[in-house]
Amino acid sequence: MHAFTVSELNNALRAHLEEEGLFFDIWLLAEVVEFRRYPSGHCYFTLKDEQASMRAVLWRSAAERVALLPTNGEAVLAHGRVGFYEARGEVQFVVDQIVPAGIGLLNAQLAQLRARLEAEGLFDERRKRQLPVLPRRIGIVTSPQAAALQDMLTILRRRYPLAEVMLSPCLVQGELAPASIVAALRRAYTEPLDVIILARGGGASEDLAAFNDEQVVRTVALSPVPIITGVGHETDTTLVDAVADVRAPTPSAAAELVAPAIGDLRQQITELRERAESAILSRIDAQRAVVAQQHMLLQRNHPRRRFDTARQTVDDLLRRADRALARWIQFEQARLQSLHARLRTLSPQATLARGYAIAQRSDGTVITDPAQVQPGETLHLTLHAGTLRVTVETANE
Amino acid sequence: MSEPTTVEQYEQLLAELQIIVERLERGELSLAEALHLYERGAELAATCQQLLDMAELRVRQIADG
Repeated sequence: MHAFTVSELNNALRAHLEEEGLFFDIWLLAEVVEFRRYPSGHCYFTLKDEQASMRAVLWRSAAERVALLPTNGEAVLAHGRVGFYEARGEVQFVVDQIVPAGIGLLNAQLAQLRARLEAEGLFDERRKRQLPVLPRRIGIVTSPQAAALQDMLTILRRRYPLAEVMLSPCLVQGELAPASIVAALRRAYTEPLDVIILARGGGASEDLAAFNDEQVVRTVALSPVPIITGVGHETDTTLVDAVADVRAPTPSAAAELVAPAIGDLRQQITELRERAESAILSRIDAQRAVVAQQHMLLQRNHPRRRFDTARQTVDDLLRRADRALARWIQFEQARLQSLHARLRTLSPQATLARGYAIAQRSDGTVITDPAQVQPGETLHLTLHAGTLRVTVETANE
Repeated sequence: MSEPTTVEQYEQLLAELQIIVERLERGELSLAEALHLYERGAELAATCQQLLDMAELRVRQIADG
């Protein structure tokens, strides 16, 4: 016979209970009593119904993620696992999520999933990408039968007919919807898309369950391109809304967010054309000014202008020549007068005036030697004031 | 690779138009170049408008993988 110690037995019981993994993912509907929160942050309480009760613990780490701690007497939905406290040999329920029972099991599960995904960072703002300005190919993941699809196509046609829409059809409600959505998303991910719209028209909030499905949410998180959700009505917020890059309240709103308005595009082209026009016009104006200036320079250098200048030069030269000539004439006249005066002093007339006479034979020969004449010959004497006719008497040797 | 979509064509033309307008506005061109660029720009603007006018949303279904 083998005798256990209490420790051994409790250890074996804990191992049996916890390691089999039988009571790991348990939802418990119960009333909270004896709730106590210790300074350490851990919370201890009892969960009970009319017939039975179980000790429960909410560790500080879990307590921090619980939105609203329970109060005594409150009906709650608690999620957690069954643990075994060896020191006391007691079974206890280790709670990781606890919400008021009033909000229902589905909501509680949803809250728990939301908390878990949030803790993983799937909803971080840092993960959010901007939608492309001019998407080329727009993926739409939705039900092909739904009015939502037609609404979206109508908006895209009106606002942004440049785009190409790649439709990846799926079921959006029912048991098979989550797997169908995951498959449709994965197909879309293999296409060269710029943006994906994941949409579902309005319906009862239970119908939106597929958009809270963990696999669907995780697949949305893996999108290689920005993904925008338009699920249900304005008031519905699903987990895919939280994980998507952009959340639009409805499918139509999603289509509008994805599509730039074609009017804005036209406006942009018009503005560019106007800018080009005003640039070229001012260029032409500048050119016109250059031409005007060149024209002015040309006029200034017209050949006639040079001709005028030349003529002026000639006039000037002529004027100078006239003046020079006049001076020259004056000068020459003066010289002539002086020469004339000198000439006068040298002329025989002047000598005659001093009393000399010129003797000439009748043939005009001037007599300068007595040997030239014979006595009795007649000579002409020219005096200053007139002539004499004389006869030679003798000739002195 | 598939053929360029209308948006791709549009984007290319628009980008070229933007570059041309900026070059015209910088005004470092000869008159001949400027006139040539302006003609090209006007052509691009017209083609862009035309693309917008003629565009029709193409809808295709992604084949089941």
